[in-house]
Amino acid sequence: MRSLIDITELDLGEVDALIAKAEDIIAHPEKYADKCRGKKLATLFYEPSTRTRLSFEAAMYELGGNVLGFSESQSSSAAKGESVADTAKTVSCYADVIAMRHPKEGAPLVASRNATIPVINAGDGGHNHPTQTLTDLLTIKKEKGRLGGLTVGLCGDLKFGRTVHSLISALSRYGGIKFVFISPAELKIPGYVRQGVLEKNGIPYEETTDLDGSIGKLDILYMTRVQRERFFNEEDYLRLRDSYILTQQKMKAAREDMIVMHPLPRVNEISPEIDSDPRACYFRQVLYGKYIRMALILMLLGID
Amino acid sequence: MNIDSIKEGIVIDHITAGRGMTLYRLLGLDDLDCSVAIIKNVPSRKMGKKDIIKIDSDIGVDTDVLGYVDPGVTVDVIRGGKVVEKKKIELPEVLTGVIRCSNPRCITSTEENLPQIFRLSDPKGPVYRCAYCEARAKDHNSN
Repeated sequence: MRSLIDITELDLGEVDALIAKAEDIIAHPEKYADKCRGKKLATLFYEPSTRTRLSFEAAMYELGGNVLGFSESQSSSAAKGESVADTAKTVSCYADVIAMRHPKEGAPLVASRNATIPVINAGDGGHNHPTQTLTDLLTIKKEKGRLGGLTVGLCGDLKFGRTVHSLISALSRYGGIKFVFISPAELKIPGYVRQGVLEKNGIPYEETTDLDGSIGKLDILYMTRVQRERFFNEEDYLRLRDSYILTQQKMKAAREDMIVMHPLPRVNEISPEIDSDPRACYFRQVLYGKYIRMALILMLLGID
Repeated sequence: MNIDSIKEGIVIDHITAGRGMTLYRLLGLDDLDCSVAIIKNVPSRKMGKKDIIKIDSDIGVDTDVLGYVDPGVTVDVIRGGKVVEKKKIELPEVLTGVIRCSNPRCITSTEENLPQIFRLSDPKGPVYRCAYCEARAKDHNSN
């Protein structure tokens, strides 16, 4: 019985197999329509997350399975003080696989150690979110046709965003990757990612504060939100905020085949006028998220 | 200064000078009702000076605590007045129930029945990280 708590638990072969499975699901959805007939997914969401929860639920329904669960802790026995361990043991009696979102870091790991069914980490605070990383990889594979030989720009909050750190680790396993980190000085990539992932693996990268000056060399631009609460003072935030808003004007300098990704939700860092630009793929990214979750559910349930 | 040699018990030797009291506290030696001696700043040819703890009872000491606080200490088991076992303590790979995670976002902050587990992530330092949230453990001197 296998769970997925952290993306690093999957080796390169397993990630590639999941991507290949998702691509097959996209190409032949009818083959998979009954694969999970009679199986149940429990979505245990201790905090609201519309996108991730609906993505898991849609994934299970499209595999012919059923879904049960809760979407906030107030409607679960956690409100009565039940431990994550006990909830995991109980739900194991009802369902075949669990997807858990929890505000506390490490909660899905505790669940996986106590459940008798596979547990998928659907996000634990700002810690891990492995299905977002798988979603990002499938998006890149589908949109660019490859996972290696790419110049990837990451823009915005590169210090606190675990989504970004996971993606850097995951892409660093493929050859010919070059990163361009575009962020204010206050939100640069942390040292443990720079030394522990990039320098350790000899991955070329550059750091800049200038989005306009670097957009032209990118194959992928991955946008993230610059959050007000990350700054010590309001002045710095207001000074920096607008320089990391992607506009049509900025997109003029980008290549014709560059893609724009974003883990969503977007606030104001991508102007809505870009949504109709074929290079904007963040809503397609949402769709790929459903397919990779279908592939993951099949893998964890041991269904081919 | 003379401390009687022990017949049955344990000698924790080669403690870095100044860490004897930290070990005394973390090993829970204040709960014992046998004789316990902490000898501080003992002259040592290798170390310059060192601390030594002598426990006049054959109790099991938590070698994880020893390895975490001061890797390189030795534990001598004494029986019938003779050293029957001598162990050099290395840095432990896993620490269970020794230190607490101080990250308020960690699941252990709300579910107190969970065992506190830390894994060695970098022997240089050394750096231990919480098994649940991966937060870096604070230095043992601040515990």
